[in-house]
Amino acid sequence: MSTEALSLSAIRAVGFRTIVIREYGRIMRIWGQTLVPSAVTSTLYFVIFGSLIGRRVGDMGGYDYRAYLAPGLIMMSVITNSYGNVVSSFFGAKFGKHIEELLVSPLPNWIIVTGYVCGGLMRGLMVGMVVTAVALVFTHLHVHHVGIIIAAVVLTSAIFALGGFINAVFAKNFDQVNWIPAFVLTPLTYFGGVFYSVDLLPAWAQKISMVNPILHMVNAFRYGFLGTTDVSVVGAFSIMVACVIALFTWAVILLNRGTGTRD
Amino acid sequence: MQALSVRGLTKTYKNGVQALKGIDLDVEQGDFFALLGPNGAGKTTLIGIVTSLVTKSAGSVQVFGHDIDTEIERAKACIGVVPQEINFNMFESPETIVVNQAGFYGIERGLARERAEKYLKQLQLWEKRKSMARSLSGGMKRRLMIARALMHQPKLLILDEPTAGVDIEIRRSMWDFLREINEQGTTIILTTHYLEEAENLCRNIAIINGGKVMERGGMGDLLRKLHTESFLLTLRDGIDVVPSLPGYRLERVDPTTLEVEISKEQNLNDVFAALSAQGLHVLSMRNKVNRLEEMFMRLVENRQA
Repeated sequence: MSTEALSLSAIRAVGFRTIVIREYGRIMRIWGQTLVPSAVTSTLYFVIFGSLIGRRVGDMGGYDYRAYLAPGLIMMSVITNSYGNVVSSFFGAKFGKHIEELLVSPLPNWIIVTGYVCGGLMRGLMVGMVVTAVALVFTHLHVHHVGIIIAAVVLTSAIFALGGFINAVFAKNFDQVNWIPAFVLTPLTYFGGVFYSVDLLPAWAQKISMVNPILHMVNAFRYGFLGTTDVSVVGAFSIMVACVIALFTWAVILLNRGTGTRD
Repeated sequence: MQALSVRGLTKTYKNGVQALKGIDLDVEQGDFFALLGPNGAGKTTLIGIVTSLVTKSAGSVQVFGHDIDTEIERAKACIGVVPQEINFNMFESPETIVVNQAGFYGIERGLARERAEKYLKQLQLWEKRKSMARSLSGGMKRRLMIARALMHQPKLLILDEPTAGVDIEIRRSMWDFLREINEQGTTIILTTHYLEEAENLCRNIAIINGGKVMERGGMGDLLRKLHTESFLLTLRDGIDVVPSLPGYRLERVDPTTLEVEISKEQNLNDVFAALSAQGLHVLSMRNKVNRLEEMFMRLVENRQA
């Protein structure tokens, strides 16, 4: 059977599945780089911030600090791993030129973007589960609304997977792959309510924090566990859906134009 | 039916370099076609546009009747490409690389594994199917790219210098394999710097230089356009001066080697007879250069002049 005999929808379905399988294979092949570090760092966070410092902090948002911290740490690892997976996989493919395998194939660009985003989702959710397991060692996780937990983590993971994709499209060297995580993502995450409630901040800092999208994502996710939030949950989901649509559209436009991939 | 039809194709890069200046080209279905030209002639740009790795500036490209502007997915499904540079993931195994590539063209994994076995065996890579690709030799890497390009059984196979850096034994086995693929119906477009390779394999040819097609046609027809041919004669005894042979251009290469240029109207028997009459005995004879190479050099030199 040659490809010409297949319908375009069949080619797309198998092609999409192949990208996802390949990304899964990559995550598992380098599990020491993809899955283990988050387990180690989250354990350290729980030991130092949760158990040692947390005892002195007392309650946060009406909950034991460790229980308050857990959703933030899970979300932080989901964000960094979703982003990191796609930026390194796609940039690595560009750098090694094997992105050409996909670019010469009959797969449309939106399938290529979706495939890579699913790779980011897979790693983000796998690491999220690992960190959740670590969190359960240190604290009890109350579940307020499972649907909100799942929706928030999937949307957030997709947003940062798309962000990683766009970063990789523009990146010309490995330095540029690291700039955004180091100088944008990490500060926004640390100021995004992972470790504290914005109620602790002065009024002016609270207003500034509201423009940080990660604050809305972390709070929506935390609301799914604890039922407490610093922001509007409806507003947070509106921001997340808008970000997914905008970033996905941008990523596909970039591939269509050939930015960073075609000469 | 035409496997490839190119009309008025131009490409100007962002730095202002005009790589293609209105290329017209047709390749018939089933052909084994050579695309030749010096470095920087525009061959790889042309292939890049056909395979959608390079964005064209103007013109049209059709692959088996599918226009790349309106039916890009259908056009790409017809093409298998072996690029000039190694472009697979060095940290994956050959089996994974070819099975995944089939998947990108819609081939289910079961069928892809069967084809992987077939092509990896045919290209003598089966024993290395589980090894990391980076551990393969240069020749193996080239063959892996051919196996990968064949996984979706394309109607048009484009090979951009597939035997570069490959030793002669492997190169000849690759030629046999490509001839077999072509005989089974796959149209092949080949670019190569080994003009002997093009002369051996290809039926039709286009020579491009400076972004333009300078010559195109049947291999035999083009070679017949050559008016002269040069031979190197090995003499039994050394000579100090070039013998006089009116009407012929002779040159002494070394004491026992004489170069003679023969035009279409002349013949070698007269040369041998004249040399013999002067007491010179010819032990052996060979072409100075491959005939295609000679024509290629003349075309390129004429343009530069």
